[in-house]
Amino acid sequence: MNFELTEERQMLQDTLRRFLRTCYTTEFRNGVIASDQGYSPKIWTDLAELGVIGALFNEDQGGFGGTGFDIATVFEELGRAGVVEPFLETGLLAGRLLNQQDMIDQIIAGQLQLAFAHAEPNSRYDLNDVSTLATMLANKIVLNGRKAVVANAEAADYLIISARESGDDISFFLVPRDTKGMKLQGYPMTDGGRAAEVILDDVTIDVTSRIGIPGQALNQIETTIAAATVALCAEALGLMETAIQLTIDYLGTRKQFGKPIGSFQALQHRMADMLIELEQVRSIVILAAGHLETAPNIRDRYVSAAKNLIGRVGRLVAEESIQMHGGIAMTEEYELAHIAKRIIMIDHKLGDTDYHLERFIALSA
Amino acid sequence: MDLNYTPEEDAFRAEVKAFLAEKLTPDLANKVAQGRELTKQDHDHWHATLNARGWLAGNWPAEYGGAAWDAVQRHIFEEECAMANAPRIVPFGLAMLGPVLQKFGNDAQKKHWLPRILNGDDWWCQGYSEPGAGSDLASLKTRAVRDGDHYIVNGQKTWTTLGQHANMIFCLVRTNPDVKAQEGISFLLIDMNTAGVEVRPIVLLDGSAEVNEVWLTNVRVPVENLVGDENKGWTYAKYLLTHERTNIAGVGFSTAGLEAVKRIARTEMAGGRPLIENPFFAARLAQVEIDLMAMAATNLRVISQAASGQAPGVESSMLKVKGTLIRQEINDLARRAAGPYALPFASEAMEETNDAIGPDYAATVTTRYLNNRKLSIYGGSNEVQRQIIAKTALGAMR
Ligand SMILES: Cc1cc2nc3c(=O)[nH]c(=O)nc-3n(C[C@H](O)[C@H](O)[C@H](O)COP(=O)(O)OP(=O)(O)OC[C@H]3O[C@@H](n4cnc5c(N)ncnc54)[C@H](O)[C@@H]3O)c2cc1C
Repeated sequence: MNFELTEERQMLQDTLRRFLRTCYTTEFRNGVIASDQGYSPKIWTDLAELGVIGALFNEDQGGFGGTGFDIATVFEELGRAGVVEPFLETGLLAGRLLNQQDMIDQIIAGQLQLAFAHAEPNSRYDLNDVSTLATMLANKIVLNGRKAVVANAEAADYLIISARESGDDISFFLVPRDTKGMKLQGYPMTDGGRAAEVILDDVTIDVTSRIGIPGQALNQIETTIAAATVALCAEALGLMETAIQLTIDYLGTRKQFGKPIGSFQALQHRMADMLIELEQVRSIVILAAGHLETAPNIRDRYVSAAKNLIGRVGRLVAEESIQMHGGIAMTEEYELAHIAKRIIMIDHKLGDTDYHLERFIALSA
Repeated sequence: MDLNYTPEEDAFRAEVKAFLAEKLTPDLANKVAQGRELTKQDHDHWHATLNARGWLAGNWPAEYGGAAWDAVQRHIFEEECAMANAPRIVPFGLAMLGPVLQKFGNDAQKKHWLPRILNGDDWWCQGYSEPGAGSDLASLKTRAVRDGDHYIVNGQKTWTTLGQHANMIFCLVRTNPDVKAQEGISFLLIDMNTAGVEVRPIVLLDGSAEVNEVWLTNVRVPVENLVGDENKGWTYAKYLLTHERTNIAGVGFSTAGLEAVKRIARTEMAGGRPLIENPFFAARLAQVEIDLMAMAATNLRVISQAASGQAPGVESSMLKVKGTLIRQEINDLARRAAGPYALPFASEAMEETNDAIGPDYAATVTTRYLNNRKLSIYGGSNEVQRQIIAKTALGAMR
C-alpha cells in the first residue's frame, strides 16, 4: 500500500495551490461572482495552461491523467481556493461525453466552453428521468423539452443535451448554443457561477449531432456522473480544509473576555470533532477515487458512500465553522461565507445525502 | 395537570385568528411565508394595523397604551401571528426599549418616547455590539464624555439590525473607563440624524442587507437622553436582554416552517413518489416534529410559570438553544426538500421579473437557511447560553 501522490500529481498539486493562493483571493472571487459572466476567462486560460484541464483526460485523448486520482488532485485544490469557474461542466461532464478529438483538444487548451443539459424540472437527482423528446423529421432531429439548472449554459459554445428517442432510450446531442428554438433563462447560483433553464422548442439539428450510439447514452452518463461526483467530493474536501483552517486561525486571534476564543474548551472539542471528521472525508475521497475505474456496481457503491459522508460532514463543517466565528462569518466579504455556501450547495448537486444513502443501501444488498 | 387552555384563552385565540383573517392581506402573508425581505412600509403598515386594534404592545401595561396581556395570551398571539405568516413585530422599540423606559426612564422620557414608539414616529435600533465586543459585551469601548449639557460620543457599533430604517438608536456607551467594565457603562438614546452619525450597510452571506455598522464621530447627545443613572447602564441592558428573550423558543415560527416543509415535500417528487413518502426524508421530518412537540410543551410550562409570577431563569437559556436548533433544522429540511432548485440565487432584483425559476417554494429556501445561521449567534450565542445552563447546575467551578 502507498497513499502518497505520484510525483507528477504532487507537482500539479503544488503548482495549483501556489497559483491559486496568490491569484484567487476573496476580493478577486467576489468580483468574479458579481460579474455578468460569472467566471473569469483569464483564470480559465491560466489554469488551462497550468494543466488543470489536461489532467482530466488520458493520454489517448491528448491529456496526461484522467483517472480518479487525477480528478481528485485537481478538484481538491479548486475546492481549497473556492474556485467558481466551470471545470466540472466543461472539463469533466461534457468533456467525458464527447468523442470528437478536435473538440477535446480545444477543451484542453481552454478554448471551448460546454454545458451538460441533462436534469429536468421534475427529475430531481434521478439520472434516468428524462422526458425531453428527440423526434426524427425528414432526416433531421427535433428536440422538445426543458432542462433544469444547467450550469455554464450561457457561456457554453455547445450544449450536450440528453433526450429520449423512439424506443424510449436516451441519446445525447451536441447542439450549438445559438441554435434556433433554444431559449436560455439565466441566473446566478448561490455558490457562484451561473446556470440557466434551457427551453427547447422545436430545436432542429442534424443527425450527425448525435454523440455515440442511439439510445445507449445512459451507461455513458452514469460513468461520467461517477467521475463528476468524485470531483465534487474532492472539491468538498478542499473546501472543508479551508473552512477549518480559517476557523483555526480565527480561534487563535479573536479575543473575548480577555483571551483568545480558542482557549474555551467548548470550542476546542468541537474543533477536534471537525478535524476527526475531516480525516474521514479525506479517506472516503481516496476510496472513491481509487475505485472509479472498477466495475460500475463496485464503483458506484464507493461513490455513493463518499457523497453521503461528504453531505453529512460538509454540513457539520460549514455550520460549525460559521458558529465558532460568530457574526463575522455571516458577512459576504469574509472568505468563509463563500466557502460554506459552496460546501452546502454541493449537497444539491448530483444527488444529496439521502439519495446516496438510499443508493448505497441498494448497491450493498 | 390540565393540558387544555381555559375557555377564556380559547376565546382569545379565536379573536386573534379572526383579526388576522380580516386584516392580514394575502400579499403580505405570502411575502413573509416566502421569507422575502420586508420593506419599511410593510413593517410600518403592520404596526399601524395592530396599533389601531390596541395590540401592538402586548407586553406593555395599559397605562402606556399596551394590551397588558399575561404570558399565556402573549404566547397565543405570537403563535397565531407566526402561523398566519404575519410580519414579526420589530422588537427594538416595542420589546426592548419600551420596557426599559417604563422601568428606568423618567416621566418626561416616558411621556415623550413611548407614544412615539406606538405611533411609529420613531424607528429604533439596538446599538450594543461593537467589533471588539460581542459575547463579551461589557468590554464595549464607545466613549461618551460629558460636555456641559451634552455627551460627546465617539466609537463604532456594529451588527445594527435594520439600522438603515432607523432614526433613533439606543446605545450602551462607556462613561467611566477607570472602573470595572460593567460599572462604567451608560444607556443613551441617540438621534441618528445628529451630525457625526454614519450608517454603513453590511451585506450578509445570503445577499441581504439587514445589518449595518454605525459610526459615531463627535456626536453631541443632550443629557436628557441618558436613561436612568450614569454608569448604571449595564443593569438596564441586562433587564432589556431578559425581555429580548421572550418568545425566544419561536414555537410559532417552527410550526409554520414545518408546515411549509411538508407542503414542499408533498409536491416534490423523488424516485417516482412524493418526497414526503420517502422513508429517509420522512424520518428526518418526524424527528424534528417530535422535538418541536416536546419543546412546545416545555415552552408552555415556562410560560404558565411566568403567568403565575415566577421569573423564568435558566429555562429561557434552554429554550433559546433548543428553539434555535429546531428552527435551523427545519430550514435545513426545506433546502434539502427543494433539491437542485435550491441552487439558483434568488436575489431581490430577480423577484421583480416574472420568470420564475423552478417552483415558487424553492426560491428562498437557501437564503433562509443561510440567514438563519444567525439564530444561534445573536441574542446571546448558544455557547454563552450553554455556559449559563452549566453554571446554574454546577456553580462557578474554578
Ligand atoms: C444577523 C445579526 C444581527 C444582529 N443584530 C444585532 C443588533 O441589532 N444589535 C446589536 O447590538 N447586536 C446585534 N448582533 C450581534 C450579536 O449579538 C453578536 O454577534 C453576538 O453577541 C456574538 O458576538 P460576536 O459575533 O462578536 O462573536 P464572538 O463573541 O466573537 O464569539 C465567537 C464565537 O465564540 C463563542 N464564545 C464566545 N465566548 C465564549 C465562551 N466564554 N465560551 C464558549 N464560547 C464562547 C461564541 O459563541 C461564538 O461561537 C447581531 C448579529 C447578527 C449575526
